[in-house]
Amino acid sequence: MLLDELENQSIYILREAFNKFERLAMLWSIGKDSTVLLWLARKAFFGHVPFPLVHVDTSFKIPSMIEYRDRLCREWKLQLIVGRNETALQAGRTYPGGKATRVECCGTLKKDALQAVIQEHHFTGVIVGVRRDEEPTRAKERYFSPRDRNMEWNVEDQPPELWDQFKTEFEPGTHIRIHPLLHWTELNIWEYIEREKVPVIPLYFANEKGERYRSIGCYPCTFPVKSPARTVREIVEELRRTRTPERAGRAQDQENEAAFEKLRRDGYM
Amino acid sequence: MSAPNPSPTPPAAAEQLKIVILGHVDHGKSTLVGRLLHDTGSLPEGKLEQLQQAAQRRGMPFEWANLMDALQAERDQNISIDTSQIWFRTPKRRYVIIDAPGHQEFIKNMVTGAAQAEAALLLIDAQEGVQENSRRHGYLLELLGIRQVAVLVNKMDLVGYSQERFYAVEAEYRAWLKRIGLEPSVVIPIAARKGDNVAEPGPNLPWWKGPTVLATLDKFEAARTPGDQPLRFPIQDVYRFDHRRILAGRVESGRIKVGDRLVFSPSNKTSTVKTIERWNAPARDSAETGESIGITLTDQVFVERGVVASLEQTPPYALTCFKARVFWLGKRPFTPGRKYRLKLATQEAECQIERLERVIDSATLQTVERLGAEPFVIRHEAAELTLRTKRPVAFDAVNEVAATGRFVIVDGYDVAGGGVIVPDSYPRRTADSLHKSHNIFWTSGRVSAEQRALRQGHAGRVVWLTGLSCSGKTTIAAELERQLFERGKHSYVLDGDNVRHGLCADLGFSPKDRGENIRRIGEVAKLFADAGVICVTAFISPYRADRDAIRRSLRTGQFVEVYLNIPIEACEQRDSKGLYAKARAGEIRDFTGVSAPYEPPVNPEIELPTGQLSVEECVSRIIDFLAALEK
Repeated sequence: MLLDELENQSIYILREAFNKFERLAMLWSIGKDSTVLLWLARKAFFGHVPFPLVHVDTSFKIPSMIEYRDRLCREWKLQLIVGRNETALQAGRTYPGGKATRVECCGTLKKDALQAVIQEHHFTGVIVGVRRDEEPTRAKERYFSPRDRNMEWNVEDQPPELWDQFKTEFEPGTHIRIHPLLHWTELNIWEYIEREKVPVIPLYFANEKGERYRSIGCYPCTFPVKSPARTVREIVEELRRTRTPERAGRAQDQENEAAFEKLRRDGYM
Repeated sequence: MSAPNPSPTPPAAAEQLKIVILGHVDHGKSTLVGRLLHDTGSLPEGKLEQLQQAAQRRGMPFEWANLMDALQAERDQNISIDTSQIWFRTPKRRYVIIDAPGHQEFIKNMVTGAAQAEAALLLIDAQEGVQENSRRHGYLLELLGIRQVAVLVNKMDLVGYSQERFYAVEAEYRAWLKRIGLEPSVVIPIAARKGDNVAEPGPNLPWWKGPTVLATLDKFEAARTPGDQPLRFPIQDVYRFDHRRILAGRVESGRIKVGDRLVFSPSNKTSTVKTIERWNAPARDSAETGESIGITLTDQVFVERGVVASLEQTPPYALTCFKARVFWLGKRPFTPGRKYRLKLATQEAECQIERLERVIDSATLQTVERLGAEPFVIRHEAAELTLRTKRPVAFDAVNEVAATGRFVIVDGYDVAGGGVIVPDSYPRRTADSLHKSHNIFWTSGRVSAEQRALRQGHAGRVVWLTGLSCSGKTTIAAELERQLFERGKHSYVLDGDNVRHGLCADLGFSPKDRGENIRRIGEVAKLFADAGVICVTAFISPYRADRDAIRRSLRTGQFVEVYLNIPIEACEQRDSKGLYAKARAGEIRDFTGVSAPYEPPVNPEIELPTGQLSVEECVSRIIDFLAALEK
């Protein structure tokens, strides 16, 4: 069974990460991918999540996301670290504040806030739920992907990765991004949510106007798509037929074809 | 260019095959991928148009390869730099394409991509013919263990769809594959740019009666899980999140079930599977190849990350030396005399080259000669060599169990090479109960013990010193050996630390392992005594039963038990290594006298109160006793 294969591989990667990195954290965006990742961590560690979760809160998140986050934290006994770039927010150096482009805003509120959390807590391993099929830049990733002192990703000179032997040795000051969902597709994620009954945030399901979010982020830059899908089953059916890219509702990806790649190289998730 | 209708929706979570597309630079890999995506209706809506417009803006013709080469850096250099992955589907199943780039610098990316694949398409430009990387990629596929390979002779449109040219390229490449031991499933003439023989035969190759690329792909088989192979369950970690002590890992081959008697290699501990642990999954009392699970054991033996669990009857090898073929990717050369880290399954061990048999140019198979220099292996070369690890490693030959028959070499912070263990006549350790033969008898030579004693002036004996840690065993043994030697006696000391380095390197400190340690020493001491040597042993040997077993195996008078009787407090005061303090702090487990028992001898031949006597006095008492025995 394909889902079992995907699950087994992700569990293997999560366990390698937990064994090899003393200072380990997992990014949780509250979206479907990182929530599936969280579910897989509970699979890997038999119901436990033995490392903190990091939520980078831009303050522009849809309010129901925060409610959902706090509820799961209570129910699943999660350790949560919230990262916020208060300086930039107060100065209004944001896209909604009018003093930054969309891509600059992502850089400040997400990338810089993440970097601050990593530095403050001395994390050497950060688990991130990116998938190869999301967009071409992410297709270049490794399961264990090094980031240098400035969080930069050297895409031209990546370590070889063979036979599930990963890069777990690294120079002091650098850190490793770990991508246990790299080999999953959007459809796999929903099929897995259906099979495992993973609780996802209701924003993914169609409202009375016939709109739903396919990808969830900050409200000024994320837009719902037209869709009648009201259940996980209906989303799975819809995805089997669609040829519209997943991140079509994410404005920062569309802004400039090279800008998003630049953001990723600089350390964006 | 209009997109054809999307292929029929496959059933949920259908079968998936991972394929890799290889070949020399510019032989058309990315073009083929673009074509496959288009011809199977797998492109996201608007992607083709977006790229066509982007090409127009740049004033360049649209290239199919741009579909894969989405990164800025690639567009600038016009070569792909990494293994992107992309999905497409046929009515039969889904495919994941790993687009392995052909440029020389990116061999490590090619290896990364190909190592994950179940089948390979290898492209050769009909015009340029077989090139360096066509050959090297074939060699690497063989090394990586990929056996399903179709060769595509591309750009047939540029050679006028010439049958003769196709057959010439086919013959040359088949000959190469034969040398490296790889048999292609088929060799197909195609023109990826035009779509000839990709999804449909097309009108340009009427002489070709064989399959298209898609038909060939659909015939490949998904990697079969090697369930009929012996069980290999490398331990990834040991968890104690709650009351359970769970050994986590992935079943790399075979199957495991509740009640299985397991042996852990190389530590050689044994226990039985009590439960198979999963979370939010139906309970089953077995697990198959590929499953990431946990197990609990009936007996709590010491198990740590790295050891490989197997069934008792079919253990892996557990050795410090093996023969291998290695492919080198590192920036610094792979050099004898330097230390590296070996990673095999979940084990890690320091290693170095024991013997470098041959360095091979992977694009010609020629032996590389390095004039006037010690041999070494540089990037993109392969080598046949013997590796030695600092401590025993559990492994299989790659043809027996692939997952425990391959490894990587880490140089500094980087994975710098990959290798496979080749078959050889490695000694196999089997469970004691199984290899005990009833057909072994003690062979007596033609020299008797009496003759030896006559020649040497004394009989062979075992002088067995026993006592607590720091009671003086090693010091007395060394002085005794020296004095016997000076008196012309043939004597030798068997020391605790020394045998733990070699003879007993696989043993720990549990009561069972300590028993085995003493048993082996007893056997060796007995052989020394049989050879006419006065063998002095210096071991704590805390268990009476173990010592008595050795006494029983020797002739009367041959075993001289010497009990070093000293209060434990005195031992603690003498303890310069701080072992007692560590044991009291719980840092050393099973420490004799503190957390493990010491059983003093009941009737030793000699008892020495070493707290009151000098070393000199102790030694002279033993020598006197031995002299009395000779009378």
